[in-house]
Amino acid sequence: MSASAELTSQEYIRHHLSNLTVGEGFWTVHLDTLGWAVFLGFVFLLIFRSVAKKATTGVPGKLQCAVEMIVGFVDESVKSTFHGKNPLIAPLALTIFVWVLLMNAMDWVPVDLLPHLIHWTTGIELSHIYMKPVPTTDPNITFAMAFGVFFLVIYYSIKVKGLGGFIKELTTQPFGHWSLYPVNFILESVTMLARPLSLALRLFGNLYAGELIFLLIATIGLFQLPVHFLWAAFHLLVIPLQAFIFMMLTIVYLSLAHEDH
Amino acid sequence: MDINATLIGQLVAFVVFVIFCMKYVWPPIIGAIEARQATIADGLAASDRAAKDLELAQAKATAQLKEAKVEAASIVDTAKKLEARIVEEAAGKAQAEKERILATGHAEIETERNRAKEELRQQVAVLAVAGAEKILERSIDAAAHSDILDKLVAEL
Repeated sequence: MSASAELTSQEYIRHHLSNLTVGEGFWTVHLDTLGWAVFLGFVFLLIFRSVAKKATTGVPGKLQCAVEMIVGFVDESVKSTFHGKNPLIAPLALTIFVWVLLMNAMDWVPVDLLPHLIHWTTGIELSHIYMKPVPTTDPNITFAMAFGVFFLVIYYSIKVKGLGGFIKELTTQPFGHWSLYPVNFILESVTMLARPLSLALRLFGNLYAGELIFLLIATIGLFQLPVHFLWAAFHLLVIPLQAFIFMMLTIVYLSLAHEDH
Repeated sequence: MDINATLIGQLVAFVVFVIFCMKYVWPPIIGAIEARQATIADGLAASDRAAKDLELAQAKATAQLKEAKVEAASIVDTAKKLEARIVEEAAGKAQAEKERILATGHAEIETERNRAKEELRQQVAVLAVAGAEKILERSIDAAAHSDILDKLVAEL
């Protein structure tokens, strides 16, 4: 479903990978990805809050059952990995799991559906419409969440072990001799920094690649329909798996931050 | 891949959403789940207890039934023995009664016979005297010959 005849496939793909932006330089904001991210966050919170308000300890309704299944699943995941007592970890894991799942699920929205809808409702030229609806294909989104987790890891490391304990953990291992402490510090810092980086890039990479393939498929003409179906079916695995990995690694990093050596 | 202010916006949204979830979403839902789990566990324990109670009650009922059967059998047995004894006693009594009545009857018959005999004897004496009077007519003095007559009467 090529947007218009004049576009080459290269231009078509580049067009679809461009964000709707406001602002200049660093103060640019991607209105489409950030907007969808916030919208999906509200969808998540509205559904879960409506259930939480009416939560009954008796026989639950169908929506409450569904929500409780997700909450129970997250609670199990947290309890199997994190053994301390921290009221933040489980809600954090729930927010990450459901929110990332919803953001990833935007991958299933056909790539030309939203631009065409906007074109039909507002009459704006298709070539001027920029709409990237999958927030997790935007590194800003994934890095923001990874940094959020990273700050929490550092915060709890210092809170649980003390500043001295945290520094000691960064410098006194793996090598025990004092002359090798700088080497230890470099190694541990790389380990530390690799966590948010890998967290953000894994999610971004998987979803960006998925989106790119959807766009490539969209350029091949009539045969795109069965191929689209196959690729979308494959994303039944990718989308929840990436959300689960992000949640699970968050729990693991935070439980490591709570462990005193 | 350009990093820009979108990251800050998303970070703020992330923090706000997590705080909201922690304050208003997670506690009521997990509370409801845990309360229901407790209720279900209680219910299962209660049903287990009830099943055990039922088993116990059934065993008790069976034992009581058995006891009652034994008791009933013993009562029937006693009753049969009693019946046999009563029948035996009654038979004995009846036999004794029969014998007594028979004896009385015999005695009465004897008395009656004796009385009749006596009467007869006396009447024979009178008849004999009357007869002798007729035969002998005047020659015989009743008073003078009464000793002979008495002797005759005694021989009857």
